[in-house]
Amino acid sequence: MSRWHKAALVGNPNAGKSALFNALTGARQKIANYPGVTVERRGGRMILPNGAPIELTDLPGSYGLQATSPDEEVTRKVILGELAGEPAPDVLVIVLDASNLEQHLVFAQEVIALGKPTVVALNMIDLAERDGLVLDPKALSNALGVPVIPTVAVRRRGLTELGEAIAQAEGHAGDAPHPRARLDLAERRMEAHAIADGVIISESAKHRLHSRMDDFLLHPWLGPVFLLGLLFVVFQAVFAWAAPLQDGLEGFVGLISDAVKGAMAPGLLRDFLTDGVMAGVGAVVVFLPQIIILFFFILVLEATGYMARAAFLMDRMMAGVGLSGRSFIPLLSSFACAVPGIMATRSITDPKDRLTTILIAPLMTCSARLPVYAVIIAAFIPNRPVGMVGLQGLVLFGLYVFGIVGAMVVALILRRSVTKGAASGFIMEMPKYQLPRLRDLGLGLFQRGWIFLRRAGTIILQVNIVLWLLLNFPQAQKGQDQVDASFAGHIANGLAVALKPIGFNRDIALALIPSMMAREVAVSSLATTYAVAAGDDDTTAHQLSAQLQKHWSLPTALAFLAWFVFAPQCISTIAVTRRETNGWKWPGFMLAYLFALAYVFAGITYWSAVALGF
Amino acid sequence: MPDSVMTLDMLPVGKNARIVAVDWASLVEEEALRLRALGVDVGSKLSVSHRGVFGGADPLALRVGRMTVALRRAHARAMQVKLLENGLESGQ
Repeated sequence: MSRWHKAALVGNPNAGKSALFNALTGARQKIANYPGVTVERRGGRMILPNGAPIELTDLPGSYGLQATSPDEEVTRKVILGELAGEPAPDVLVIVLDASNLEQHLVFAQEVIALGKPTVVALNMIDLAERDGLVLDPKALSNALGVPVIPTVAVRRRGLTELGEAIAQAEGHAGDAPHPRARLDLAERRMEAHAIADGVIISESAKHRLHSRMDDFLLHPWLGPVFLLGLLFVVFQAVFAWAAPLQDGLEGFVGLISDAVKGAMAPGLLRDFLTDGVMAGVGAVVVFLPQIIILFFFILVLEATGYMARAAFLMDRMMAGVGLSGRSFIPLLSSFACAVPGIMATRSITDPKDRLTTILIAPLMTCSARLPVYAVIIAAFIPNRPVGMVGLQGLVLFGLYVFGIVGAMVVALILRRSVTKGAASGFIMEMPKYQLPRLRDLGLGLFQRGWIFLRRAGTIILQVNIVLWLLLNFPQAQKGQDQVDASFAGHIANGLAVALKPIGFNRDIALALIPSMMAREVAVSSLATTYAVAAGDDDTTAHQLSAQLQKHWSLPTALAFLAWFVFAPQCISTIAVTRRETNGWKWPGFMLAYLFALAYVFAGITYWSAVALGF
Repeated sequence: MPDSVMTLDMLPVGKNARIVAVDWASLVEEEALRLRALGVDVGSKLSVSHRGVFGGADPLALRVGRMTVALRRAHARAMQVKLLENGLESGQ
C-alpha cells in the first residue's frame, strides 16, 4: 500500500461530527490547516476492526455542496478531490443527527449522489429516543442505498460496527458507482421528508425541555441579564478559582530555583538558569490555571449550544455597530486568544463584516493579558471588598469592559470608513441543548493548555534568553548599575524618551521590546530585569510585586494597564491576520491604529491619575 | 382570505404559518442560499418562537421543522406567509 486509505466525516453543522471524530480517533489527532487556506484541518488515525489503520478527517460542517462560506468551500473541494495537496477521501462517512433527519438528509442525498463509497452514521440516536422518536435504520439504509449504522459517539455505541462498514466500503472503492438521479434542492427536501416519514416508526411528545430553556434563555429581558451575569461569573472565576493553583505553581518554581541555587556555585551560569530561565518562564507558566479555566467556560458554552443563543441575544447590539451576532462568537473566543478568535471569523459570510471583526478581535482581553493585568493589579490595587466583590476583581472587570467598549467604538468608525458596505445579516441555526461531554472537554483543554506551554517553552524561553544576554553584557564596572551598562539598557534608554510623556520608565521600555512577541513576555521580562538589577543580596529579587511597588508609581501602573488594553503586542495575532487577509495591508493597519490608541489612552490615564493626586 | 396572508415579520409569536412566496431578489445571494439550506423556503411550515431583545423586534427565532433558525427582520420582511388555523390551511 503506497499510502494509508482515507475516510472523511461529512454532514451539517451540529450533527455531532466532532464528538464522533474524537470517539473514533481518541488522542491520535493532528490539528493543522488545509494547504493554501486557513480552514482548520482536523485529522487523526483510526484503527479499523480488521486491524488496518485509516486516516480520518473531520470536514467542516456544511449545509450543501454549493458553498456560502470558506468552510463550506473546503468541504466541497475535499469531497470532490479538487483541493491541491489533499487527496480525495476513499470513503465518505455522512454523519446525520437522528433527531433532525428532514434537514440532514437534504445534504446527505447530495453527497450520496456523487457515487463514492459512502457509509451513514445515524448519530445521537439516544437524543432522538429521548425526544420520543423511534427510528428504523434498515428502512433508512434501503431508502438511501448505503449502509446505515446507529451511533452514540459519547457512549461509544456503534463505533465497531461503523469501523466494519468503513472497511467494507473501502473494499468497494474501485467499483462503478451506483447511478442515482441528481435532484435539485427543492426535490431533495421533499424526498428528505418522504424518507424521514418512512424511517420514523413512532413519535411522541418532544422538544419540551428545549423550548422551555429557550423561553428563559432567549427571553427579551431575562436572556440578556442572564448572559451578562454569566460573563461576570466567568471572569470572577478566572481570578478566584485560579489563585490557589497559581500559588502552588509559584511555590513549585521557587523550590526548583532554590534547589538550583543550592546545588550550583555562584556565577554567570547559575544566574542564567535562575534569573534568565526560571524567573522568566516561571512567571508565565503560573498563568496556566487561568487560561485553562477560561477555555473551560468557552468550551462548555460551545458544547452546550448556549453560544448560538448568546449570538442571538447580542445580534441587536452588534447590529448597532454594523456587525452581526455571528461576530460575537469569534469575539468571545478572543477573550481566550485572538488567534483562534480570528480564525473563527471564517464562519462570517460577509467579507466586510469579517474584516471588521478581525480588526477589533485584538481588543478583546485575551488570556495573554491576564498575566500582565494580574501582576499589576496584585501589586497596586488593594484587595478590599466593594459590595459583593473585591476591588481587584472589579478593576479587572473594568479592563475587560474598557476593551469591549473600545472595540465597539472602533467597529462603528471602521464600518463607516475603511470597511464601509451594506449592512450585514444574521442567519444562524440554534443547535439543540446538550450536556457537554467530559472526554471532549478534557481533550480540548489539553490541546489548548499544551499550545500555551509549548509557547512558554519555545518563543518565551528564547526571548528571555536573548533578553538575559542583552541585560548582562557588557558587564557593569564597579559602582555602575548592571542594567544601565547593558546593551538592553542602551536600547531601552532610547525608547524611554518616546515613552516618558505617558509615564513609562526605562524598565517598562525594556519590557515592551521583547513583549512584541507575546504580551505575557512583559511579565517575564520585568521579572528578569528586576532579578538582574537586584542581584543576589536582595531577598525580594524574585518577588516581582515588591519590586514593582519599589520602582513604579500608581499613575505609571495604571497607564501600563491602559496601554495593554490596546497594544497589539502579539506576533501570532499579526501573523494570523496576515494569513486571513492575504497581505500586509490589514495587519499593518491593525498595528498602526492599536499602537496609536495605546499611546493616547496610556497618556490620558497617566495624566488624569497624576492630576487626581494618586 | 387575504387577511391571513402577511409578511413573516408581522406573524405573531407562537402562530403556525406556511411560506407562500419569497422575494429572493431582495436578499443577498449567500443569505438566500443559507436560508434555503436551513429549510426556510416556499412551502415551509413555521412559527416564530422568539423575537427581539430589550423590547426591540430584531432578531427573530423561527421554528422550522425540528430546527430553530435565527434571522433578521429584514429577511422576514421578504417572505409572505399564510396563517394556519390549528396547524391546518384555512379553508381546508
